[in-house]
Amino acid sequence: MIKLDSKAPQGPLAEKWSKHKAEIKVVSPANKRKLDIIVIGTGLGGASAAASLGELGYNVKVFCISDSPRRAHSIAAQGGINAAKNYQNDNDSIFRLFYDTIKGGDYRAREANVYRLAEVSNLIIDQCVAQGVPFAREYGGLLANRSFGGAQVSRTFYARGQTGQQLLLGAYAALNRQIAQGSVKSYPRHEMLELVMVEGKARGIITRNLVTGEIERFGAHAVVLATGGYGNVFFLSTNAMNSNGSAAWQCYKKGAAFANPCFTQIHPTCIPVHGTQQSKLTLMSESLRNDGRIWVPKKKEDVEKIRAKKLKASQIPEEDRDYYLERRYPAFGNLVPRDVASRAAKERCDAGFGVNDTGLAVFLDFSTAIARLGEQTIRERYGNLFQMYEKITDVNPYKEPMTIFPAVHYTMGGIWVDYNLMTTIPGLYAIGEANFSDHGANRLGASALMQGLADGYFVLPYTIGDYLSHEIQSPKVKTDTPEFEAAEKSVKEKIAKLFSIKGKDTVDDLHKKLGHIMWENVGMARTKESLEKAIVEIQALRKEFWVNVNVPGTDKEFNQELEKAIRLADFLELGELMARDGLNRHESCGGHFRVEMQTPEGEAKRDDEDFAYVAAWAYTGTDKEPELVKEPLTFEAVHLAQRNYKD
Amino acid sequence: MNLKLKIWRQKNAQAQGKFVDYTVDNISPDTSFLEMLDILNNNLIKKGEDPIVFDHDCREGICGMCSLHINGHAHGPDTDITTCQLHMRKFKDGDTITIEPWRSRAFPVIKDLAVDRSAYDKILQAGGFVSVSTGGVPDANAIPIPKPDADESMDAAACIGCGACVATCKNGSAMLFVAARVSSLAKLPQGRVEAARRAKAMVAKMDELGFGACTNTGACEAECPKGISIAHIARLNREFLSAKLKD
Repeated sequence: MIKLDSKAPQGPLAEKWSKHKAEIKVVSPANKRKLDIIVIGTGLGGASAAASLGELGYNVKVFCISDSPRRAHSIAAQGGINAAKNYQNDNDSIFRLFYDTIKGGDYRAREANVYRLAEVSNLIIDQCVAQGVPFAREYGGLLANRSFGGAQVSRTFYARGQTGQQLLLGAYAALNRQIAQGSVKSYPRHEMLELVMVEGKARGIITRNLVTGEIERFGAHAVVLATGGYGNVFFLSTNAMNSNGSAAWQCYKKGAAFANPCFTQIHPTCIPVHGTQQSKLTLMSESLRNDGRIWVPKKKEDVEKIRAKKLKASQIPEEDRDYYLERRYPAFGNLVPRDVASRAAKERCDAGFGVNDTGLAVFLDFSTAIARLGEQTIRERYGNLFQMYEKITDVNPYKEPMTIFPAVHYTMGGIWVDYNLMTTIPGLYAIGEANFSDHGANRLGASALMQGLADGYFVLPYTIGDYLSHEIQSPKVKTDTPEFEAAEKSVKEKIAKLFSIKGKDTVDDLHKKLGHIMWENVGMARTKESLEKAIVEIQALRKEFWVNVNVPGTDKEFNQELEKAIRLADFLELGELMARDGLNRHESCGGHFRVEMQTPEGEAKRDDEDFAYVAAWAYTGTDKEPELVKEPLTFEAVHLAQRNYKD
Repeated sequence: MNLKLKIWRQKNAQAQGKFVDYTVDNISPDTSFLEMLDILNNNLIKKGEDPIVFDHDCREGICGMCSLHINGHAHGPDTDITTCQLHMRKFKDGDTITIEPWRSRAFPVIKDLAVDRSAYDKILQAGGFVSVSTGGVPDANAIPIPKPDADESMDAAACIGCGACVATCKNGSAMLFVAARVSSLAKLPQGRVEAARRAKAMVAKMDELGFGACTNTGACEAECPKGISIAHIARLNREFLSAKLKD
């Protein structure tokens, strides 16, 4: 039975982190040199952590599945990064950022963690500027800001529509500096396939060299998981094609509790699905909602004409347009949080007002902003996004509104961690999207970049020292031990089994089936029936996978089908846990919308009496029901209330 | 659309490669180029043949993972995009499309259409950073930066490290890649401090790794999916010269 101890410090909210830092132990420079740390993943969390730990003097090994650390999917984040600088004098503060984040997450995150995130947010911006990140600036030379959903202040820093890219290049540069100095060793095109535990502690990993197929062993005094989210369980998502949940899932099966797996973010502004051959979905940044207005026609006959291509959106007069977000949520308008905007789009489309041939699209219109500011200003702000949109859809968004629809984008759930970011396995840490900690049931825009860098630059480098201070007597971890032997054997057996099946279905065929089950039953609207159905169907599909998958080629070569098969095998288990978690959580909160639980206006209806807790799931064995362990959420600084974006 | 494909197949770095002909049918013009290859691979696996290896990841033109020389052009016939953003509507029904990996001495083929670009990481490790550690830095607004400088820095920083410039250059030079990084940092006060040293170290590493010299043909700029200007090469040369003069 797993026991959850959040280790959140006592005392006033604003003093918790300072107090905690003063109390935890540090490791001397001479001892840091003797300690090894493995970091898996090189996105914002992994790259910033590996670089910072290297700077501190630890021996770091960093692994990624791409050909270079710079390719990690943080690179694709577009809109920006939040910080409580209050440079705009609009009454922003650490408390306000904290409050917006807790409220945006529908009161399902741990207060102490969220406050710390807001507290270190300002340091991140300073750090990135010092690294040479070319943030957008005003003519006076100072930093510019814009607004994101769920906030009434302008606190988002950005670098055109490529903020994630620029922040990652900053962290990657810091990482490169450490690689050059020898404190970090980089292993690109290596995938972690197993966690190795020795006497109950995380002591290493088994990897597959993706070019040669070689299975390798690596030992360390601590292991840091920075492997991102699991949105690709849906097959179609805005995640990169290679993003996967396997490293996290292997840790779960070794004893790390998995928290709130059903909390999935469906992002409201993505380019709609065009057909069955599609491989992934493309996000259009939330920043577009600063100047874009979302609408559908008021009249059904206009909808019909648009679908039949007899009418253009620009020809519909102002009075016949339903700017439904502005109508329903006057105070926040187009800048309501993502879960609210996505559900509102679904509501209009379900009512028959969807504006493309599939009926699953709404307009995102810039004509008002272009009339007010001129095309040049809009081009400066969003030029690359408009170009991307036009290349994909063949429609010029300066002339006609974009069509958009919600798509899977981010997972708030993840490996359970305490205040130190340590999982329920001693010596195993999880940072960034891979953990569950800061976003509750819905993440606000521009907060993922903030969390990844907060964890990597300013939280983990402090908290990991507390654990490692007890490891200074531990010798180098040897990898020729029975524990490593057994872990390597299980990896090799799994691979051999996959090749032995020689079935008829390709990995992609099966993955598409899983994605369909997930989207239909564990997507934007969930019911008891749909979730129960999903569990049964996923179990059946998992059986089918293990008798009917076709993995071509051999193990000892660059084999992308094998990579995909290993990841899908894990998604087929993870998907079931998501459905199970959603079934247990008989309330609507944030991105988790149970149809049975809604207000008369159709808003998410929480049940704080029964569900103000983190649902952490513990693995109990193959095909056995996992055990639910609850971490109660207590709120000292905020008052729980129905989220209100109307006034 | 029905298409004929001539695709470079190569078992591994040591093996001799060759073109192999394939056909794909019933492709929608709205399909992306890589989705077309996904469809081909799915068909090949079902026929018991080895699927074609190609690098790809974000499929939205930002990670720099996808490559491919398509009909003689890096990232294909369209402008200002990567291969993953190329759509089949840019081709005609019945077309024959030739698909090759990046061809450059510094980027050896790993398998089929995937190449090894680790030389790029090595160049950046030689100096493509500002030497600051985490913590202890000034407030982000302590040093105002003129907007045009920040904008120009961002123009250069848009490089995605895909390697199209090297693959296109007849000399296999990485000058545009190196220049983009040098120029982006040199335009900011934070990066200015080490500008000359950085230029020297990165150029030396580029030479060491077997990239060719720049002869100003401008082909790199024409094929760059992010429209990085060769004006940055002029800035790199200036930084490099000033470093050399101090030697």
